[in-house]
Amino acid sequence: MTDLGQDEMSKYPFLADAGQYLKDQGFTLDQFGSDPDLQLFLDKAIHRIKSAANGILYKSDIKDNETSSDATLPIEVFSFLLAVILLKLNGNNTLIRKFSLAEARRAEDYLKKDLKEMSDKVELAKKIIYSLSSITVENADKKNEFFIPVYDYLKHSVHFHEKEWKLINRHVEDGKVFLNSEKVARLVRSELSNFISKKILSANSPSMVTGFKKSLEELASLAKKYYVPTMISTEYPPCIKHAIDVMEKGENLPHSGRFLLGTYLLGIGKSIEQIAPLFKNAPDYNEKITMYQLNHLKGSSGSGTEYKCPSCERVKSKDLCFATSDCDGIINPIQFKKKKILNA
Amino acid sequence: MLEENLPLVETAFKKYYFENFNLLPVPTRSSEREFGYQKFNGGMNRHIGIKSNEELRLMLITNNPSDVYCSNGYYSFPNLPMSEKDWKEADLIFDIDAKDLNLDCRKEHTCIKCLACSEISSLQLTCPSCKSTKIEIKSVTCINCINGAKQEVFKLKKILEEDLAIKKEKIQVYFSGNEGFHIHVTDSVYQKLGSRERNDLVDYIMFRGIMPETFGMKKYKPERSSFVNIDDKGWRGRASKHIFGSKSKRSKAITEIISDPNGYTIFQHKLENLRDVIGVKIDPNVTIDIHRIFRLPGSLNSKSGMSKILCENLETINPFSDACFIDDEKTDIVADCPIEFTLKNKKFGPYQNEKVTIPKYAAIYLICKGLVNAT
Repeated sequence: MTDLGQDEMSKYPFLADAGQYLKDQGFTLDQFGSDPDLQLFLDKAIHRIKSAANGILYKSDIKDNETSSDATLPIEVFSFLLAVILLKLNGNNTLIRKFSLAEARRAEDYLKKDLKEMSDKVELAKKIIYSLSSITVENADKKNEFFIPVYDYLKHSVHFHEKEWKLINRHVEDGKVFLNSEKVARLVRSELSNFISKKILSANSPSMVTGFKKSLEELASLAKKYYVPTMISTEYPPCIKHAIDVMEKGENLPHSGRFLLGTYLLGIGKSIEQIAPLFKNAPDYNEKITMYQLNHLKGSSGSGTEYKCPSCERVKSKDLCFATSDCDGIINPIQFKKKKILNA
Repeated sequence: MLEENLPLVETAFKKYYFENFNLLPVPTRSSEREFGYQKFNGGMNRHIGIKSNEELRLMLITNNPSDVYCSNGYYSFPNLPMSEKDWKEADLIFDIDAKDLNLDCRKEHTCIKCLACSEISSLQLTCPSCKSTKIEIKSVTCINCINGAKQEVFKLKKILEEDLAIKKEKIQVYFSGNEGFHIHVTDSVYQKLGSRERNDLVDYIMFRGIMPETFGMKKYKPERSSFVNIDDKGWRGRASKHIFGSKSKRSKAITEIISDPNGYTIFQHKLENLRDVIGVKIDPNVTIDIHRIFRLPGSLNSKSGMSKILCENLETINPFSDACFIDDEKTDIVADCPIEFTLKNKKFGPYQNEKVTIPKYAAIYLICKGLVNAT
């Protein structure tokens, strides 16, 4: 990808070649499990995963946008690498997604700061963004203002549902969209998260290290929280099956997909209490917000409007349709069950 | 279309394609596009692959279609069913229809056809003959409507060129063959955008979903310094000119807005009202659709009998002459058209269910519009 300095390695540890780094530092995995002096790294790794699981950004020891001491670098990098190994040994997808999202948000913070700095850090931040998202970021004339091509902007911004991300609410001229460092970094968060999770999922599974047993037990009890009794029913249309599947894997379902899932299940008579656990595995899950949003869809809060399940056409336009021949003749997913019953 | 009038129209269309085949060369990269056609009073035939002018000519001769279409999308296998086509990319396309402009003149060239008793009468909510409310709106187009649509095309081109940096030579404007214009953008950086991204682009072009904050108007503690300038490029400058009037009036206008306790809401309403004035009136569904088959340039439009033609000079083009290729052989029909229309600089109508002898192009126009009766 790119040559990383000491600071960058701490800020963006996922860019490092894990195996190579351990080798370069002269450590083996077994040492981390057996050497009491290295227990600190393992504790930090667990702390990093737990913070992510609770939706809290892991506070690193980097101060003033630079590694504070010689000791910081190994702690930052080793704790990340060990966390990856522990997650890989544990194998829970939701934990991996949550960890990836939290690490992405942490990296996003550094990207934001690095972009703002008037040093070679800016160029490195731009390089990282380009490598992960193929977005070419360029400096505009004003301080803390950048521009990216309209095409790249649209490709990324459509995943956000807040109105401020609509192209109409951006400064656009000559094929460019102007953004400050916060917005540029936010735009690539999902790429950061995907990069990290892919890296974890595609990594070779390490063999069990005896000294990790206790840490893994801790993770196993943490993962239990994310077990959801499966809800798949053969009577669900394929678009809903797909949405449930994505949620269960702990992957990120776009807002429109969550809307579809919520309105469909409410529409067929499921209660909010039955539906809410499905969202538990979402990387950005927040119980309060989920309950509020489901109540809002049901019309029991806010304006009192009850939201209906979107039409097949609408679902299609959001790339959420996975129609099969069983869907023939229906114009709304809600009709699927009824059609099945009629055909039975 | 009435069965009785079919032979006349079919022969005229056949003759057009025979004599004017040079007007419809297959578009670039035709082997990657999907073609389709409709037969008179028939259904749509899609998923056709056409690689050359010869194949297109053969299709036209064999099928004598009422309408011919070609995809804006490019596929690996254009003749397979949609799910197997393997979409690669699509030209950006825009449809501007005079009907959507709702100009004042429209009621003067619109009438109704009762779906219950087929009576054609002037514009009203119910059929004056049988009182049925099931009516079909029928309209002919006037030069005022075409000029209105042209203005929308100019607005669109400005945004495409200035905001989206699309080169002039990549934008082709066509008269649609009926009541508006089709704008094709080929080979641009936007080819690979999907439906969702095009949807956002549509909102941008139509000036939909704008927030006061975009212009610097904050909900709480608005500050004068955060407002955008009239000279700014893109929507910020264009909309500011309409909101503030001129540079000299800007300061006073901002003072009024930020000192009003309802300033935010007032500003929001101003922006919403501005949408109808400065937003481009395109048909959003057309631009969002990346699998659409769109009228083929040079082909006839069965809603009018006129051709979809390239507008090399949008200012001067007069589609009622320039897109009217059917000959002027004297033709007898029973015209039932309570409104006037002009073709090839000649005025026709109104006709009250009467037998008339008019040039064939006008007869075909009336038949295509459904403003004739059986003899």
